[in-house]
Amino acid sequence: MPNVTYIALIPLLPLAAFLILGIFGRKYFKNTSGIIATALLLISTLLAVYTAYGYFFEYGKVDGIYQKLIPLKYTWLQFSEGVSIDMGIIIDPISVMMLVVVTFISLMVHIYSLGYMKGDDRFPTYYAFLGLFTFSMLGLIISSNIFQIYIFWELVGVSSFLLIGYYYDKPSAVAACKKAFIVTRFADVGFLIGILILSFYSNTLDFNKLIERLTTPESNELKNAVAASFLGISALTWGLVLVFIGGAGKSAMFPLHIWLPDAMEGPTPVSALIHAATMVVAGVFLVARLFPVFSISSPNALSLVGYVGAISALIAAVIACTQTDIKRVLAYSTMSQIGYMMFALGVSKYGGEDGLGYTASMFHLFTHAIFKALLFLGAGAVIHYIHSNEMKDMGGLRKYLPITHITFLIACLAISGVPPFAGFFSKEEILLAAYQNNKTIYWVALITSGLTSFYMFRLYFSIFWGRTRPSSFKRDCDEVKGEGGFVMMLPLVLLAFGAATAGFIPFGHFISSDRITLENKFHLMFSISPVALGLTGIIIAMWMYKKENNKPEKFAAMSSGLYKAAYHKFYIDEIYIFITQKIIFNLIARPTAWFDKNIVDGMINATGEGTKEISEKIKTFQSGKIQQYAICFLVGLISLALLFIYVWK
Amino acid sequence: MQPGLYHILFISTVLFFIGVFGFFTRRNLVTMLMSIELILNSVNLNFITFNKYVWPNKLDGLFFTIFVIAIAAAEAAVAIAIIINLYRTHQSIDVENAEEMKF
Amino acid sequence: MSGSTIIFYLLAALTLVSGLLSVITRIIFRAAIYLLFSLIGIAGIYFWLQYEFIAAVQIVVYVGGIVVLIIFSIFLTQQAGELLPKQKLGRQLFSALAAFCGLALVMLQLVQHTFTTTSNTPIEPTVANIGAQMLGIDQNGFALPFEVVSILLLAALIGCIVIALKSKPENNL
Repeated sequence: MPNVTYIALIPLLPLAAFLILGIFGRKYFKNTSGIIATALLLISTLLAVYTAYGYFFEYGKVDGIYQKLIPLKYTWLQFSEGVSIDMGIIIDPISVMMLVVVTFISLMVHIYSLGYMKGDDRFPTYYAFLGLFTFSMLGLIISSNIFQIYIFWELVGVSSFLLIGYYYDKPSAVAACKKAFIVTRFADVGFLIGILILSFYSNTLDFNKLIERLTTPESNELKNAVAASFLGISALTWGLVLVFIGGAGKSAMFPLHIWLPDAMEGPTPVSALIHAATMVVAGVFLVARLFPVFSISSPNALSLVGYVGAISALIAAVIACTQTDIKRVLAYSTMSQIGYMMFALGVSKYGGEDGLGYTASMFHLFTHAIFKALLFLGAGAVIHYIHSNEMKDMGGLRKYLPITHITFLIACLAISGVPPFAGFFSKEEILLAAYQNNKTIYWVALITSGLTSFYMFRLYFSIFWGRTRPSSFKRDCDEVKGEGGFVMMLPLVLLAFGAATAGFIPFGHFISSDRITLENKFHLMFSISPVALGLTGIIIAMWMYKKENNKPEKFAAMSSGLYKAAYHKFYIDEIYIFITQKIIFNLIARPTAWFDKNIVDGMINATGEGTKEISEKIKTFQSGKIQQYAICFLVGLISLALLFIYVWK
Repeated sequence: MQPGLYHILFISTVLFFIGVFGFFTRRNLVTMLMSIELILNSVNLNFITFNKYVWPNKLDGLFFTIFVIAIAAAEAAVAIAIIINLYRTHQSIDVENAEEMKF
Repeated sequence: MSGSTIIFYLLAALTLVSGLLSVITRIIFRAAIYLLFSLIGIAGIYFWLQYEFIAAVQIVVYVGGIVVLIIFSIFLTQQAGELLPKQKLGRQLFSALAAFCGLALVMLQLVQHTFTTTSNTPIEPTVANIGAQMLGIDQNGFALPFEVVSILLLAALIGCIVIALKSKPENNL
């Protein structure tokens, strides 16, 4: 194995960008900050690609198995023998793949933002936050220690909070960033407890050792973890479920998904980076990282992952069909696709052919990152042009935004699973894996797949076809020049190229659950039904939305109950608000607040008031009358003398 | 009986407390200053007496007395300057009027 | 009873009686004069102790300097023939009590304590001895305190002038 410590530079360069721009940006790099950050990230990306090339084709494979390499490890906090928080780098197929994805998408977003955020007052701050986010995400990916991943996990949370709340003068953005932060924090508590449970039983925090100890059936650690139980469920399962709750929070899985649609308040490139390609897949990545433990030692936890993923996928797809804000449609679509990845993991088993779901999940993560980033960036271009997020303000834009139109179409085809675009291949694998292991999930996934193509093409036709609505965007035509120039179009084209061709990568060669090459099998017959369903979705969308007509309204009226429920996101937000405001606020928070205000503060205030009263009283002793002072002095002196002479001899 | 150390110490103590009493009861600043002079003198008397009867081989008490006298002179001069200044502003040297620095 | 003893008691009586009168008389000028007699009495006790130099200093500085200064300040600040204001009776009684308690305490301690006299060869408090030691810079010399006091006196001198200086009217500036 060659010396690959340069991998440390991949996350550190964005960190450098963050530090430089964060500290000096507003003063010295007012205009050049974007270029600096992009240049640094370009180096990171090249290093990541170089690493991937080296790992997959040169030194990674030993005896047909991809090795888990730890090129760098630094013991940071030693708790006891064997338990320590380390800062290390782990290189295995999924982390290398993620390195490439994250740096590439982040680079695209950086380039795109050069055009999109041009003229913004806080341009350097924006790039500093992007750098911080990229750093934390990359750090998360290469963490070799479960606590290290938690640290970066939280850093990701903070930087996404900063980015979502970037337009801090908008109250909705402030509310959204708080919501995102609080919901994910809430989930992270689960993650932390899960970490503690797992590390308590496995007696280590190191990923490799932890996985090894908790998957070897003879090991004492595994026996203890399985033997200990709480509420009839083994401690190991509890730990894994709690870890999964953390992942579900970050990945916006039902029912912790409520922050994701609101998080669209951030700048659109940020949505592309965070909510499409990187942060939201952190949960998937986490489950994939611990996959051997899930699949070998606790199939129950894994099936929970599968069902949560399937439910999320379906619910999100239904909601996405009714939303009118294009970014929200994309947000729900993201949630739906993450659900795909989750249940693909959920239906997978460890090793060999049965591990197809794992490969499929990672494959879908890879392709989804590309086409979803493309969709978001395309939507960004539209929003940039129109200055609105609402579908009703759009229509007929294909003439005005030709490049965006084509790339958006490619992305829509990719996500709908139309061959030969990228989404087709990954989705086929997922469906196949589901079909082989769990029929229920398979049917859910199939329906979701049809819904996906429907809502994506609903979006596509609403934006680019139908009646042109000149009133809505003519007013800005003078200041907005076309599609935003080269810097905004370049990422779109590159990503479109990726979305069109990424599916041909033989992914199973590189990533599989047991890191042994898995041959892609292509089942032509099996593919017919999803593709047909996808095409049906597209045709229905075309029929309903290509020309201005009243079919959508009719259809909505026909299924009014479902439509209303879906339009209101199945009232999940309302349920949360009911629970928090009516139950928690009234029964817990208010009494606590009362106690705090009246008892705790009361005591403090009483102390303060008492001191004030007493000082009012005793300040009159300070009369300014010398003779009084002198008398007091003498009396005091005599008393002290008496004390010292007769009492304390 | 030949008067000695204790007799003189009695005088100085009584003189000291006469001065203290005067300091407490007088309202005129000049008379308070006089009380202070009495107190200082009682202290001087003590120094000299101890020097004479307890440490006759040294002159330290005597020197202290000299310094106290010098400092008392300076103190009296400063005090009277202050009193005269106060009289100028308040037209009175009653101690009751010199209370501005309270609280 | 020897003459020396009689002289001592006379001096003691002079000192204490005139001291007491000095603090209780209500005519301020008389108070100054009683103070003068009290100080003279103390100077007499110094003479009686055969500390002639310090007695001379006492008379020169106190009687000739400070008391004259006080009398001058009385002239400057007091209307002639005016009685001093009376202190409240309660305050007077309390002060007397406090002073008496202090006196009793100190006297009690004095009576209970036995001073041990060192029996070394006494140094005669002659002017020559005093002068030599006052300006001596050896182990027993008092040159440093002497200098310190001289600077203090200078500072007091300047301070007095500054404090008592009549501030110039503003419009003359």
